[in-house]
Amino acid sequence: MDWTALAVSLWLGGGTVAILLPFGIWFGRFLALRDFRGKLIVEALVTAPLVLPPTVLGFYLLVTFGTRSPVGQAFQSIFGQPLPFTFTGLLVASAIANIPFVVQPIQRGFETIPATLRDAAACCGLTPWRRFLRIELPLAWPSVLTAAVLTFAHTLGEFGVVLMVGGNLPGETRTLSVAIYDRMQAFDDRSAGTMATVLLLIALATLMVTTLLSRRVHVGQR
Amino acid sequence: MTVDVSSRLLSVCLAIACAGASIAGSERTQRGPTVAAAANLNFALTDIADQFARDRGTRVDLVFGASGTLARQILDGAPFELFLAADEEFPNQLVKAGLTRDAGVVYALGRLALFAPKGSPLTVDADLDGLSSLVKKGAVTRFAIANPEVAPYGRAAEAVLRKHGLWEAIRPRLVLGDTIAQAAQFATTGNAVGGLIAYSLVLAPGFADRGTYAVLPETDHEPLRQRMVLVTQARPAVVQFYEYVQSDAARAILRKHGYGVPE
Repeated sequence: MDWTALAVSLWLGGGTVAILLPFGIWFGRFLALRDFRGKLIVEALVTAPLVLPPTVLGFYLLVTFGTRSPVGQAFQSIFGQPLPFTFTGLLVASAIANIPFVVQPIQRGFETIPATLRDAAACCGLTPWRRFLRIELPLAWPSVLTAAVLTFAHTLGEFGVVLMVGGNLPGETRTLSVAIYDRMQAFDDRSAGTMATVLLLIALATLMVTTLLSRRVHVGQR
Repeated sequence: MTVDVSSRLLSVCLAIACAGASIAGSERTQRGPTVAAAANLNFALTDIADQFARDRGTRVDLVFGASGTLARQILDGAPFELFLAADEEFPNQLVKAGLTRDAGVVYALGRLALFAPKGSPLTVDADLDGLSSLVKKGAVTRFAIANPEVAPYGRAAEAVLRKHGLWEAIRPRLVLGDTIAQAAQFATTGNAVGGLIAYSLVLAPGFADRGTYAVLPETDHEPLRQRMVLVTQARPAVVQFYEYVQSDAARAILRKHGYGVPE
């Protein structure tokens, strides 16, 4: 069992949620409430990571930020290290790959809030900001939670992008899913088996916790 | 009105996102000495690194992969300080790109072995007679080699099969591993009758009891001259390790794992 790899996985999952959730709430709400020209293409772009193979994202990230490209060289001279093959690079890749997992549930959540409810709140004299915090967010909460858990669980399971952009560096970019692959290549089926079981249990636990929590939220609303 | 909330919400979001990113990013610590090595070295180099840690008190992190993949990663800025390849061509690419200290040295000569898992209809011999007759009978279900495009051991395997006139017939039956280690994995599992894999992996613990093997003559393919190069920014600990791999202690370990060592 590679505890460092588990730590890297958990940090990556948590970091991705921390970066994406606030953005997802803003952007999901924006997409739910507003109609504008080009919405179709924006929604398609947001959903694209869901259907694209991870290698496409990995390819673009490496070509753009690799040390052989001007952008990558500029990045390295500013930050002192390249973006690929670092934890930060993984975080960026994973944030992009998970956009649909966070935006879509939240957009659906805000869409189900009736416009009349918002109007009523406005008539009662609530400021827009208070309307958002007191009315909209509590109603959309189950979908926000779903988005967070989906993103976290999906990040733990991420493999292709992580291997391409991260490159299997112990303690930095070797996540649990990459460590399993690595151990398999060393004919170490035992460690691979242990780690696979850990990932399976984490996945089941997170999904069960979400179901439970969202059930409680629904009950609370009644 | 909505715009008002939206823009406020956006700024709150950005603030939280930045905080989250900086917390997550601050987890980084100074990297230990990191070495990239071809997958065929998985066991030999691990032994050498253990011995190095005992002798010199320094641990190096080993990352294994296909030589081509690792070379590409170094070109793209991966922080490896030493690269042990399965051939000379990939290290030479790095030399040409000006990323290395010097041209490096050949540290080992690789050997190929024909391997058949338990229960396979394939009888193994150094002349590939068993494989030829199996191919003629059309009884080869799957045969594992490493991908010739990224793995030098795959290229050597292709050369061997071509030399014995089996390449065209066996081609539709090939399963290609990304690395020679994955090819070895394929050779033992599924419905493969066997594979051409690195001798060093056949000798590995946990592998030897999975089937039978025959080492192929060195003359069957271009010699697998394995070269290593120090990357320009290599730190002293890695330079020491580079010298250690050329020491008598390391050469003895390489020999034990089935490699030839240069004069």
